[in-house]
Amino acid sequence: MAAPVIEPLISKYWGSPQSWTLDAYRKRGGYEGLKKALEMAPAAVIDEVKKSNLRGRGGAGFPTGLKWSFVPKDSPKPKYLAVNGDESEPGTFKDRYILELDPHMMLEGIAIAAWALGVHTCYVYLRGEFKFPAERCQAAIDEAYKAGIFGKKVLGKDFELNCYLVRGAGAYICGEETALLESLEGKKGWPRLKPPFPAVVGLFGCPTVVNNVETLASVPHVFAMGPEKYAKLGTDKSGGTRLVCLSGTVNRPGVYECSMHTTFNDLIFGDAYGRGLPNGRKVKAVIPGGSSAPVLSPHELGTAMEFEALKPLQSMAGSGGVIVMDDRTCMVRSLWRVARFYAEESCGQCTPCREGTPWQTRLLRKIEEGRADMEDLELLSNVATSIAPYPPIGLGNTICALGDAAALPTHSFLMRFRAEFEAHIHEKRCPFGDKPWGEFGEWS
Amino acid sequence: MNTPLFTPDEQKKFDAEIAELLSHYPADRKSAAMLPALRALQAIKGWCPPEGLALVAERLGTTRERAYEVASFYVMYHLKKPGKYTVDVCTNLSCSLWGAEKMLAYLEQKLGLKAGEANERFFLRETECLASCGTAPCLQINEDHHESLTRAKLDALIDKLP
Ligand SMILES: Cc1cc2nc3c(=O)[nH]c(=O)nc-3n(C[C@H](O)[C@H](O)[C@H](O)COP(=O)(O)O)c2cc1C
Ligand code: SF4
Ligand code: FES
Repeated sequence: MAAPVIEPLISKYWGSPQSWTLDAYRKRGGYEGLKKALEMAPAAVIDEVKKSNLRGRGGAGFPTGLKWSFVPKDSPKPKYLAVNGDESEPGTFKDRYILELDPHMMLEGIAIAAWALGVHTCYVYLRGEFKFPAERCQAAIDEAYKAGIFGKKVLGKDFELNCYLVRGAGAYICGEETALLESLEGKKGWPRLKPPFPAVVGLFGCPTVVNNVETLASVPHVFAMGPEKYAKLGTDKSGGTRLVCLSGTVNRPGVYECSMHTTFNDLIFGDAYGRGLPNGRKVKAVIPGGSSAPVLSPHELGTAMEFEALKPLQSMAGSGGVIVMDDRTCMVRSLWRVARFYAEESCGQCTPCREGTPWQTRLLRKIEEGRADMEDLELLSNVATSIAPYPPIGLGNTICALGDAAALPTHSFLMRFRAEFEAHIHEKRCPFGDKPWGEFGEWS
Repeated sequence: MNTPLFTPDEQKKFDAEIAELLSHYPADRKSAAMLPALRALQAIKGWCPPEGLALVAERLGTTRERAYEVASFYVMYHLKKPGKYTVDVCTNLSCSLWGAEKMLAYLEQKLGLKAGEANERFFLRETECLASCGTAPCLQINEDHHESLTRAKLDALIDKLP
């Protein structure tokens, strides 16, 4: 049975006129959650977020309230909030719409987080390519200053909060939280060895919380409706609703706000969502949570798109980027594109990642072009293992999880679609010829 | 005599921008403004010339090596003067599933350039996912973003560039 289509929280007003302005936001009850939060003690605010079961929407699904509680309360140093709007994981395109169509929802979340954490300075870090989202977001910040939401006082309360927008300059790795902090410090984006974690030693050596755009946009709803009600929308361990980005071979790609109970099948075939594949094509493979998430086979798509539900499948809900590949798509070519991305974006600090990612890419090209033998297939598997063994997820031999992100696709494609790799080798060519990209691959 | 880096008006604009940026960071952390400062430089000059990097470094109280290190790490900073239009085509998975490889081949033919090559007018590059996977295929021309491209839309877009 299909999960019920839910009343959206985050995307509800995306189609309405001037949805991005303070006026429109206030008219529909905006900043009421902040008012409630400001009446509570900071520790109580953190407790409410814990009760809501809100989990980070940036990729790892870490419980937000718990993360906030790691920030030392008695630190003599200033504390910072850094918003992660780097949104560069292939298949992910949701934060962008929050920034473009409802930026105040995120700003309200920022103000609530700042109050809870005792933060007086927040940096919103957006990927460099986000020109239009940055314009909308900056305009909203300016409005918030004018309206007394940011600045010397927050809604009249004696609490100073400044918020600055910073644009990156084209580097996927800056989405990794410690690389983001390096970038905010004006450096190249080289991830830091952890621990210490940013909550203790973050920006400028001070305690820092890094949260995703959607995570913060979810926070006002916790206070507007109350944490119990928010938690109830989701599953036992994962509260609220989430934005899912559907792309690839489906009739209706786009961002859909889903319940944590919605399955991949609901999303791909449901009338309210993707409406199936074109021309009777069948699903061959689905990447469930951004291109680093281990690929799934069609028989696994009855699973809910939720953090815990994907664990038994040795995959992850990640950033909510669901990519559908139809039965005419070449798995080798697809994996090559993914591998090439991680090779391009490796920061070069760790040997397994710096050397392994381009090696994977070269081997995949060789297989795709029909020049490989079975030993190359073994080698490919070994190279991936040397970056990060699998399963389970999280065994990477590198400073940051980009290594894992690069190895997991290789492992999972080989595990589930090995026959197709072997076919390339036996036939000494790509079985899909010059049409490897499925039903929509012929551009016109 | 060397021509100065900026015209007087440009200098004023740059100075004002640096002053504003520095107010966003702790006083002893001026070099944190590196990314936005390089962006300000490039917005004025169209690229990051060596004298510009030196000036940014000086204003932020750091070395030109640091400025160069940062400018060379991030793909959006141009260390060489680019063509008038930098065309960045996404060929990542979701876009390729909607024909991006074919679109790139068409552009290569239309512009007479291979990906990675430049002429006076265009600098054609393959780029990574631009967060438009649901409105694929897509590309950016300089900083402007274009989505759901068909051949007709792309032709119209390129042909009407000034
Ligand atoms: C290579 C890499 C890239 C990442 N990119 C992003 C990103 O673009 N946006 C994001 O919010 N989180 C990204 N993350 C996750 C962040 O490191 C971090 O977990 C997240 O911002 C925390 O926010 P949350 O708890 O609200 O999810 C990335 C992680 C890795 C390892
Ligand atoms: S795993 Fe890769 S991206 Fe991450 S720090 Fe090491 S080299 Fe850099
Ligand atoms: S794959 Fe092209 S925009 Fe994401």
